[in-house]
Amino acid sequence: MSAFSAIGDGQPTDQDDYTPELEPQATWCPGCGDFGVLKALKGAAEELGRSPEEMLLCTGIGCSGKLNSYFDSYGFHTIHGRSLPVARAAKVTNPGVEVIAAGGDGDGYGIGGNHFMHTARENHDMTYIVFNNEIFGLTKGQTSPTSPKGHKSKTQPSGSAKEPLRPLSLSLNAGASYVARTAAVNPNQAKEILVEAMEHDGFAHVDFLTQCPTWNKDAKQYVPYIDVNDSDDYEFDKTDRREASDMMAETETALHEGKVLTGRYYVDDSRPSYGQEKRAIGEMPEEPLAERYFDDSYEWERSADLFLDKHK
Amino acid sequence: MTDNEFIWRIAGGSGDGIASTSQNFAKALMRSGLDVFTHRHYPSRIRGGHTYTEVRAAAEPVKSRGDGYNFLLALGDSFARNPQEDAYYGNEEIKPLSENLDELREGGVIVYDSGLLDASEIEDFDARVEENNWHVYDIDLRNMARDVGREVMRNTAGVGVTCALAGIDLHWIEELMSDAMPDKILEPNLDILNQAHDMMLEEYDIDAVDVTVPEGSHDEEQVLMSGSDAIAYGSLDEGCRFISGYPMTPWTEVFTILSQNLPKVGGISEQVEDEIAAAALAVGASHAGAKAMSGSSGGGFALMSEPLGLAEMTETPVVLIEAMRAGPSTGMPTKPEQADLEHVLYTSQGDSQRVVFAPGTVEEAYTQTRKAFKIAYEYQIPAIVLYDQKLGGELVSLPASHFDEEPNPSLGSTLTEAELAEAPHDESGKYSRFQHDVEDGVSPRSIPGQKGGRFLATGNEHTPEGHIAESTANRVAQMDRRTQKLEAIHEELASQGDTHQTHYGPDEATYGLMTFGSQQGTVEEAVDMLNDQGYSTKALGVSDMAPYPAEEVTEFIESVDEVLVIEMNASAQFRGLTQKELGQYGEKLSSLLKYNGNPFEPLDIVEGFKTTIIEGSELSGAETKFVPAAGD
Repeated sequence: MSAFSAIGDGQPTDQDDYTPELEPQATWCPGCGDFGVLKALKGAAEELGRSPEEMLLCTGIGCSGKLNSYFDSYGFHTIHGRSLPVARAAKVTNPGVEVIAAGGDGDGYGIGGNHFMHTARENHDMTYIVFNNEIFGLTKGQTSPTSPKGHKSKTQPSGSAKEPLRPLSLSLNAGASYVARTAAVNPNQAKEILVEAMEHDGFAHVDFLTQCPTWNKDAKQYVPYIDVNDSDDYEFDKTDRREASDMMAETETALHEGKVLTGRYYVDDSRPSYGQEKRAIGEMPEEPLAERYFDDSYEWERSADLFLDKHK
Repeated sequence: MTDNEFIWRIAGGSGDGIASTSQNFAKALMRSGLDVFTHRHYPSRIRGGHTYTEVRAAAEPVKSRGDGYNFLLALGDSFARNPQEDAYYGNEEIKPLSENLDELREGGVIVYDSGLLDASEIEDFDARVEENNWHVYDIDLRNMARDVGREVMRNTAGVGVTCALAGIDLHWIEELMSDAMPDKILEPNLDILNQAHDMMLEEYDIDAVDVTVPEGSHDEEQVLMSGSDAIAYGSLDEGCRFISGYPMTPWTEVFTILSQNLPKVGGISEQVEDEIAAAALAVGASHAGAKAMSGSSGGGFALMSEPLGLAEMTETPVVLIEAMRAGPSTGMPTKPEQADLEHVLYTSQGDSQRVVFAPGTVEEAYTQTRKAFKIAYEYQIPAIVLYDQKLGGELVSLPASHFDEEPNPSLGSTLTEAELAEAPHDESGKYSRFQHDVEDGVSPRSIPGQKGGRFLATGNEHTPEGHIAESTANRVAQMDRRTQKLEAIHEELASQGDTHQTHYGPDEATYGLMTFGSQQGTVEEAVDMLNDQGYSTKALGVSDMAPYPAEEVTEFIESVDEVLVIEMNASAQFRGLTQKELGQYGEKLSSLLKYNGNPFEPLDIVEGFKTTIIEGSELSGAETKFVPAAGD
């Protein structure tokens, strides 16, 4: 019997199950896009029937990190940029848990950029939501890795001399097997994409445009948006790397020209997840590692039996 | 230094098989009944560069590399730079011979490979040989090896020559080679071993050599084990099945041993992008229900500061290993030092809430690594094992029974679902993971996936359910509770019959020598030598760096007139810690420091003690440095 009976218990859930009854006062500003992520996540979890206690939500630091306070599940509010390494270790240790990581654009594409590339490369079976508002919000409006070139802020008084980072292209090249962009102003699409991302067996990266009404006033509300999968103006095969790559580049450029493109950009269902790869080479146990510590009948190996002879 | 000991130094280039040859040789001597201890000296290079290993063997216990050595096997550096290239480094090929003469004792033996080395290139070689009464044998080992098939076997030829000169029965070597070598290379190696051995007996005058291997016997079965082995096995026996890391010398040894072996026991090893990730993964794995560890050397550990602080604040059990090497920055990557003590104690923002053990011997590396896991999981706190390149790499013969222990896979203060059902929750159903008033400050944890256990772990200050909170009352309650755990750990460590501190020498003595970590054995040998010479001394080797064993150390300092603190760093960090923790004794503690890249030898300490403490004179030479007591 599993020591983790919340996993796959098939309990019906509804959105209220993810709302802490003692919900702390939201620290997000009125009109903040982060509310859209919260709503979409609750909707997706409900639709998939994931109970709060079979989910682990790992966040970073910033306004996005407050997601843990308003979404009731197991949570790990980590440190700036480090949600991914915490999350992926949790996944390999206790693979039945639905692991979701979330953070802002500074968190994921700046300080945690190295972890982002390598987690995508490893293709862990988890979902990564990046709250992309093209600004540092909680620290009061500094230029971020996705701020447009020329963006002025207190720390870039003459305007940023840097081209913004291209998150979708970076993700594809690093190895993510599901890459999408959605926007807080598009709740239905956002929920559908999160459902797909959570169901995807591999690293699913969702660049989530979340308008910041306080610090990024000149930025748009990300409307009107165009879904590149639905629009007749765009035609590409999201299972084809090259076509996906071109569509991503066009999308990233368009955003700074005032055109908001969203949708699923790359989906590779054939690539095995990291857990599958590790098991295939015998470097990850078939039974979740975490179960073993609760199994009183397990005979733990001793170094004396395994290694002492070669030292004699 | 015992009268009857054999210290063999095999010198060559990195890549010449020095490490494996010396390991086999050491094990053969151990099997013959001797106690052995090895010391490695190597450069930060893949091929070439002067490297040597010493094997010290005696019938009585050996606890350090000893002083100097008495038998040199100089193979020559076969990977030295092409002499046609820029000669900035001079002739490197000769270095295994030329660089090793200073520490060779009078009457010692030199065997060198005349196929590679020409002693006439060394200035004053013949004069020094005569002056020191050295016995020199120039043997064309390379040619012998070529004749049998492969040049690389010249180290086996050298071992054959050594055995002939030192009177070692070949069967110990043959037996080991049979165990360790695949058939294909075994036969030619056995051939050349015997050939070289017999040739020495037949063709050379060896009667004048009085460097011989003593005879000994063991009461119980021995194993040859390094500090890195002991740390890895201690982790495994404590149920650790997850390791994450990034390569860095010298921590890589532990990482390698566990990466190769954990998957065989259903464990997981993750080599990741950097040390921030490595420590964060260990935290994530522990959070999700595994016994987990990570580690690095100083530079990588610096990157772990953040996740270390996160583990403190979220009370996630985790064990980190720190293998010190000479710093600052890249420093001297393959050389030992003990200068990361303060780094490990205090790095990361806020008040430190961690446990730090610095084992002094290979046995202690095993037991204290196990203890680190036990404390970490029972008290939900990061525990660090601090050691260095010396302890990690030295091979020591020890009773096998020391490692024949039962496993302890317990997750410590972690609840089952049945227990969670009875545990306190808030109105929304969140488990009260961080309760204010609990015994010893330990509030048990749940694991994601358990029914009834959901809570929020956060690096922010938090309420009992984990919600971010900045109220003053809650802050003080949580801070005090976390601090209370350290007090409880201190009490547990002090009350166990078998403390981590090692007392050595007579109960009553005039002088005390104090040290921490890997210098312990060397200090003990110095104490023996000093007492033999009429200086009444005893020693204390301290392992508990945090919580600090204040009572035990106070008792030691009070019991002597004066204390010399021995450590491998330039700023007397351990002495500083002692004064800080005890708040006194500034008048009583002086320091003997060494930070030139080599560990102390017993005579460094004996001479340093006599010169400074007894005679009150200045130390000459640059090997060690004396820092007198300066007051509180």
